Amino acid sequence: MILYILKKLLQSIITLFIVLTIVFFLLRLMPEEGYFGENYEKLDEIQKETILTGMGLKDPIHIQLINFYRGLLKGDLGKSITYRPDVDVVSILKAKIPYSLKSGLAALTFSLAAGIPLGITMALNKDKIWDRIGTGYIVFISAVPSAVYYLFIQLYVSDVFKLPILFNVDNIRSWILPVISMSLAGIASYAMWMRRYMVDELNKDYVKLARAKGLKSRSIMIHHVLRNAFVPMAQYLPSAILFTISGSIYIESLYSIPGMGGLLVDVIQRQDNALVQAIVLIYSSIGILGLFIGDILMFILDPRIKIQRGGTR
Amino acid sequence: MNSKIEKLSSNINKELFEFANNKGKQEKLYEHLYYSYWTSTTYAFTKNKIALFSLCFLISLMTFTIIQPYLPNQKSPTQIFIDQYTGMQLRNHKPDSEFYFGTNSIGQDLWARIWSGTRTSLLIGLLVGLWQSSVGIIVGALWGYVKALEKIITVIYNILDNIPNTIILVLLTYIMDPSISTLIFAMCISGWLPMARFVRNQIVIIRDREYNLASRTLGTPTHRIITRNLLPYLVSVIMLRLALAIPGAIGSEVFLTYIGLGLPIDIPSLGNIINEGRIVMMVESLRYQLIFPATILSLITISFYIVGNAFADAADPKNHV
Repeated sequence: MILYILKKLLQSIITLFIVLTIVFFLLRLMPEEGYFGENYEKLDEIQKETILTGMGLKDPIHIQLINFYRGLLKGDLGKSITYRPDVDVVSILKAKIPYSLKSGLAALTFSLAAGIPLGITMALNKDKIWDRIGTGYIVFISAVPSAVYYLFIQLYVSDVFKLPILFNVDNIRSWILPVISMSLAGIASYAMWMRRYMVDELNKDYVKLARAKGLKSRSIMIHHVLRNAFVPMAQYLPSAILFTISGSIYIESLYSIPGMGGLLVDVIQRQDNALVQAIVLIYSSIGILGLFIGDILMFILDPRIKIQRGGTR
Repeated sequence: MNSKIEKLSSNINKELFEFANNKGKQEKLYEHLYYSYWTSTTYAFTKNKIALFSLCFLISLMTFTIIQPYLPNQKSPTQIFIDQYTGMQLRNHKPDSEFYFGTNSIGQDLWARIWSGTRTSLLIGLLVGLWQSSVGIIVGALWGYVKALEKIITVIYNILDNIPNTIILVLLTYIMDPSISTLIFAMCISGWLPMARFVRNQIVIIRDREYNLASRTLGTPTHRIITRNLLPYLVSVIMLRLALAIPGAIGSEVFLTYIGLGLPIDIPSLGNIINEGRIVMMVESLRYQLIFPATILSLITISFYIVGNAFADAADPKNHV
């Protein structure tokens, strides 16, 4: 077990290293105009050279790479270049992450709390009216691009319930629309998954046995089926929780939440290399970490699963 | 000896070896013997009325988007119309018999733009969807079945999966001009990853079942096991993914346009038109500019979704009678 964890950890670090190096080189492939924004036309050659040297972009590329990793080892992610010049990357991220984390966690909780009961109700009333309504909802949410229904929620739901359409930290009512919009897709996917799982599971022998023993359906649901359902879910939940910090691009720009949502796209377009590197580092680490925790959790929860050596998993 | 055998054969009751004449009632008894996979699939699909309706809708919509420019009285999607009384651009003209869906904020005909945009979006969706599925299936099948490739593909997958798409997109728009082919190319680069992962997981589940083990023991070559034993088993789930990849690609075009990495504004696409509509949506009387393209887009994606799901259900032999 410990050997497995160590091996996995080493693999993850190597993957992370390769990803960061590739991203590093990709960023250096971008044209130099990008670093100046609108001022590009106004500057003469010498000024441009000076600015680029000041950013450390005129060093040979392998020196830049070594410098980057040296800083990383010391826990120094560098300073922002163009997004907010000379501000520490860590402090920029520190200000933004809490917004995304809070709204993301609220949305995740809401989608679990609404999606799982919806899925259970649908499975228990299979082919009846509730199942049909639920299926209609799932089809709609999965098929229509989120950009479209987010816009209509902001347009019409805010009118009907008199909710504010712009985000404000102190006003709890302004949290409602963004959080609900963010959780709609989650509700649909949890409900769909839960329904499929329950329908499959209700025909299995252990459920029939439990029923034959005279247990109530309710307690079969809670003690047997739901408990089992949590095992495959445990694999995805850590990633889902960790990825709430990345925020939602649409929602955050629609409701002007100052979170992480559009930050990556924004800083890539502005070619703020230090910030891009930092964000890629965070996202890749949480991606890898999430899968890793998921594996371990599954191993703990389900004694039947054995972590095998080698590839077959 | 010989005489005995002759005697035996001469004793055979010839009536037992005649062809049975199973006309009428008895035919039903043997129906299951004439099982054909695709006939049963089509039959199961046509029983789903909603899916059949969606399929007809999709086909007629596609035909209409193709023939629409050749119909009489159609306007150019990029021409800016001038008001003949004021000499100004015919901005935000309400829908009427001349401009069926009205005009947009610079005086272009929304009806023509929407159909032209639908053509673009469907083209993107079909090409990207097909590419994603074919590459995804090939890589996924090799990844799941060929043990020698497993480790190396896993490493490549982990790396590609962690490089933000936006970086690749921004770089590509620098290297190539922003156009439909650039966008399709950009969406193809990493779009096959989820499909490959999905196919791989499915194959890992079934690769060690007894029938595959038997095949392997009998010396069936790998490519034959993959194409004959594994992939036919996955037809229904792969079809579902393929059908969902098309609305997915249309949706991501909308998304890319939203974050400013989509098509240039002079090429109408559903993403561009919705984005134009979004800008004016806070004015209540101009909301039609958002509602029309959004409705068309939703109808298309929902139809693809329903047809895909129904076809996947129909293609699953478990649902055949």
